[in-house]
Amino acid sequence: MSSDSAKKTIGVALGVCLVCSVFVSSATVALSSKQEENKKLDKIENILEAADLKPEGNSEEIKQVYHEKIKTELINIETGEVVPEEQYTKELMPENFDLKKIIGNPELVEEIPAEKDIAGIKKKPKYMLIYKVLDENGNVSKIILPIYGKGLWSTLYGFLALDKDLKTITGITFYEHGETPGLGGEVDNPRWKQLWKGKKAFDENWKPIIKVIKGKVDPSSPEANHMVDGLSGATLTTRGVDNLVRFWLSDEGYGNFLKTLRGKKNEQV
Amino acid sequence: MSKYKKVLLDPIFDNNPIAYQILGICSALAVTAKLETAVVMALAVTAVVSLSNFSVSLIRNHVPSSIRIIVEMTIIASLVIIADQLIKAYAYDISKQLSVYVGLIITNCIIMGRAEAFALKNPPGLSFLDGIGNGMGYAFILLTVGFLRELIGSGKLFGISVLKLTTEGGWYNPNGLFLLSPSAFFIIGLIIWAIRSWKPEQVEED
Repeated sequence: MSSDSAKKTIGVALGVCLVCSVFVSSATVALSSKQEENKKLDKIENILEAADLKPEGNSEEIKQVYHEKIKTELINIETGEVVPEEQYTKELMPENFDLKKIIGNPELVEEIPAEKDIAGIKKKPKYMLIYKVLDENGNVSKIILPIYGKGLWSTLYGFLALDKDLKTITGITFYEHGETPGLGGEVDNPRWKQLWKGKKAFDENWKPIIKVIKGKVDPSSPEANHMVDGLSGATLTTRGVDNLVRFWLSDEGYGNFLKTLRGKKNEQV
Repeated sequence: MSKYKKVLLDPIFDNNPIAYQILGICSALAVTAKLETAVVMALAVTAVVSLSNFSVSLIRNHVPSSIRIIVEMTIIASLVIIADQLIKAYAYDISKQLSVYVGLIITNCIIMGRAEAFALKNPPGLSFLDGIGNGMGYAFILLTVGFLRELIGSGKLFGISVLKLTTEGGWYNPNGLFLLSPSAFFIIGLIIWAIRSWKPEQVEED
């Protein structure tokens, strides 16, 4: 039979596809648990990084620090209240909480009105898992809030850490994005992330004022304490980060939760 | 020189895929800002090109010429996906830095080029060696470029500080140009110049 007959052509095509698909699918299946593990560890590392707690150790040490220092809390975005543990459903359990799965579940999200949707995410989860960082005495020293929103090419997923005064930013990090390496991808640059530390997220009236500007911040400006340098060559990514941070700090995002926290603090005083 | 040795070693200097055939430039620009990513990329490409050469050569007498290219692409794409999965499982940090470029190995002309130019005409063993050889040729350029770019651009090698930076109290003021892709063009150009001065037979006639 000649190599070019129709029968042979179809046969070879099918055979090649079959063999290739077996290889590809077995590789994917065999490696997926390891990849999941990596993703989880990466997320933990990012939480610790946002909290400034990341140890220089192996994965075991990282997990240990995480378990010792980080306390998770499930909050209701709308009311700002902490959800009591007995109301947790399977998807909302801290160990199962997967932001992307939640966003994909129509029962757990809420549409955002277009004029308020500055982060470009269309819908937001009704519940969010947040992280509290504990100091040696078991007091909360920082809170870490998951944030996400559209950049230029992709949705950026990350964490924003606030000091216990609920005003000062102590860290920001993005654990997943698909921005251009070297330009928008510089959101991963440690030097740029460093710029966020100590910036004020809110003014005296608790309005979000943090801003990522185009170009460099003039350190002598009175507004320098709530402005961050933009990334050069990445105007749209910078704008995306600016928008998503302000979205999550506004009343659409964690505004009500932060209000509740402030209320509690005042009672104690 | 025996046939096997020639097939294996020729692509390093005499017939280098990047410096002589000028193929696969895209990834050589994209992933060479650091040595670490360059090493992983070079390993991935070597694995893919040698295995794809081997597989294509195995079925070379059975593939109808009408679907030859698509069969090669299917094999290459499958190998690349497997390589990508492996990197994600065992070198997660690096896989994040390499991002799309592992997937883009599929479009790396070296792989398709070797399948078409060599594997279709030669037995599997020899094709496999040709793949390894071309992978090494690619790796040679990638590592040289990665070495120079990381050293000059950030004063480091494999992420370890070699030249102490002024920002950390040292004396070395890094040249940021070397972190950007165009610097790889300059370096590759200089390498091509060096190789062709050493081996003038590679110079094309006008």
